[in-house]
Amino acid sequence: MSTIAQQGAAEHRMPRDHFLNAAYTIKSWLLTMDHKRVGLLYLFSISFFFLIGGTFASLIRLELATPEADLMEADQYNVAFSMHGIVMIFFFLIPSIPAVFGNFIMPLMIGAKDVAFPKLNLMSWYLFIFGGTFGVLTTLLGGVDTGWTFYTPFSSTYSNSNVILAGMAAFIAGFSSILTGLNFMVTIHKMRAPGITWFKMPLFVWGMYATSLIMVLGTPVIAITLALMMVERGLQIGIFDPALGGDPVLFQHLFWFYSHPAVYIMILPGMGVISEVIAAFSRKRIFGYDFIAMSSVSIAVLGFFVWGHHLFVSGQSIYAGMVFSFITMLVAVPSAIKVFNWMATIYRGSVSYDAPMLYALGFIGLFSVGGLTGVFLAIMGLDIHMHDTYFVVAHFHYVMVGGAVTAFMAALHFWWPKISGRMYPEGWSRLAAFLIFAGFNMTFFPQFIVGYLGMPRRYHVYPEEWQLLNIMSSAGATVLAVAFIVPVIYLLWSLKNGKIAGPNPWRATGLEWILSSPPPEHNFPTTPIVEEEPYDYGEIIENPVHRDEEEKEHEHA
Amino acid sequence: MSVSTEAAAHGHEVHDHPEYMRHQFDDMEQQNDAANLGMWLFLLTEVMFFGGFFLGYSIYRSEYYDSFVIGSQNLDVFLGGLNTVALITSSVTMAFAVRAAQLGKKNHILIFLVLTLILGLVFMVNKYIEYSHKLHDGLIPGYNFLWTGLGDGQSIQLFYSFYFCMTGTHGLHVLIGLVLIVWLLIRVWQDKFTTEYYAPIENFGLYWHFVDLVWIFLFPLLYLIGGLAV
Repeated sequence: MSTIAQQGAAEHRMPRDHFLNAAYTIKSWLLTMDHKRVGLLYLFSISFFFLIGGTFASLIRLELATPEADLMEADQYNVAFSMHGIVMIFFFLIPSIPAVFGNFIMPLMIGAKDVAFPKLNLMSWYLFIFGGTFGVLTTLLGGVDTGWTFYTPFSSTYSNSNVILAGMAAFIAGFSSILTGLNFMVTIHKMRAPGITWFKMPLFVWGMYATSLIMVLGTPVIAITLALMMVERGLQIGIFDPALGGDPVLFQHLFWFYSHPAVYIMILPGMGVISEVIAAFSRKRIFGYDFIAMSSVSIAVLGFFVWGHHLFVSGQSIYAGMVFSFITMLVAVPSAIKVFNWMATIYRGSVSYDAPMLYALGFIGLFSVGGLTGVFLAIMGLDIHMHDTYFVVAHFHYVMVGGAVTAFMAALHFWWPKISGRMYPEGWSRLAAFLIFAGFNMTFFPQFIVGYLGMPRRYHVYPEEWQLLNIMSSAGATVLAVAFIVPVIYLLWSLKNGKIAGPNPWRATGLEWILSSPPPEHNFPTTPIVEEEPYDYGEIIENPVHRDEEEKEHEHA
Repeated sequence: MSVSTEAAAHGHEVHDHPEYMRHQFDDMEQQNDAANLGMWLFLLTEVMFFGGFFLGYSIYRSEYYDSFVIGSQNLDVFLGGLNTVALITSSVTMAFAVRAAQLGKKNHILIFLVLTLILGLVFMVNKYIEYSHKLHDGLIPGYNFLWTGLGDGQSIQLFYSFYFCMTGTHGLHVLIGLVLIVWLLIRVWQDKFTTEYYAPIENFGLYWHFVDLVWIFLFPLLYLIGGLAV
């Protein structure tokens, strides 16, 4: 397998001034107005929360290695899966790609000097940390046992755990998400450099735009829902508690009105990343640009009309259920459009298998499995059988871990040279990509089977005949855990010892690659003017030397 | 991909920026447009936020209509009406303040912002009087709620829950607005704004109109259910 990184023969030097050596004080980080530094602040914070969420996942898989309750009691197990869900969703997946790479890369891609509101951007990070503090506090005080869904009346009346603290954590982190989405939408609308029209934007930017749309429209609804839930718990008034005249299904409607679109907050940025990576490592113009761009937007819009598929067995009207079922299946159309366009891009491309591309290929397969099993679950009759089983757990982990986390890893490796200025070790990175793919499938594929056989989610004990499948799953989780530690080690190692990357190690198109790596503090000395289409790989392939010289000139200048 | 890093054709002098222009923008037009769009998007999030209340309100109003009528007729329509007048008038004075900012008339901005501030304060004082009456009458849900009159106490409490949640959240918005007016007054006093840069006043105006508009929905929905009962 050839890689682009191995082909790059030219020796590069680190740029003299860049955003990382502009200042070294702690204050220069904590009060930074630089979108690139804010992106890195998010990278550190979400890595921390990924570790916490991963620890809870490990506890869950340890307990499920045997059919009996040996490590945890029922109550403790409830806390473990609830905290796993809350931390992973609100503090890792939702901010992951948008807050890290959306912040770092998106303004570079559109030729902007920064996001539209740098102060607000920093404030978003502080809100995230403030919410995260509540999350950590919840954990330290014994956790919460409602599941990440906070269903009433259990959360508002019966649970004896720290519901209000956990609710506050999600509530506050939500405002961070709203402000990030708002900032990105304004940035994309108003800050594009001359020549970057809507349909010349890189597809990652389209992904960020669609994501921001959901953040802005959906997140306020979860805020008010959680607020009402906390008010009800604090004051015992009957908004959602049927014993006091309230309606628990209303909570579910409001909750899923945000929380279903929220899964598109997690996957749409990932799809944007994959579009970038596939084009760069196939050395081809992306196939069906307009369709990929519009499918992001249509997923975002359709996503707001499918929440009822979480309520098929909650006493929702069957006619409403039929409509929701139909619209849910419609989401498969734009999703499939993306997958087919990526495949068509790879087809007859000059493919090289660097780590980002390995992740991208993994993404296509895993996301397809996750997406197609989603269509199973959209069918009402089948869902009555599958509802709340491990089939559902496997389905959404294929989308969220197989999709979103894999895309996050692709993005991390693709833009790591841009962020740090150095290359990571190629062999180790490919090994980690393989390990993650293998460990992931070993963890979650057995869950499809055990779920189809009827194993319900959220129980710490199960009948003995399912032990083999559960042991496979736990063994896979161990591989996965190791596979996530490997990149941490070699990425940190590469900060000092990695080969110097130069401005464009992948010889990719896009404005971020004409800047030095790491980029200068104020990005572009003057606003760039873009004349070409995005993904114009033809010119690079025909004349790669020319481009290297151009880069050197740029470095000297 | 050929990309030139020369200044845009319509570009301005890069190093000749007024103090109020932020470094990430090319010109004031871009900065003002961005600020306006940001405010409109923020108001959109507010609509979605209050939307959750309105949805819950609609469902329980149709489920417990009689209780909502009883609860509603126990509210003080006079004070509520007075507050409606106060807020609508404050929207007018705010609009005048924005116009004065466009024309660069500092004294007029100050006068109209102070008038807006006073009307906002009138609203908050009335709200305080209303709330303390309810506290006195034992109508605070979850705290001292005791319904002795006709009707189903539990669903009447639900009405009051929505009353306090909705007017409370709205009141919080008014309060934040009042703080922002004080901040604007200081900035105007210090001559921070010009006829080119008055976006904060303009966008605060949008926010203030939005808060007013929410009240215009809240007043009939909460105070006037089942018609006026004087």
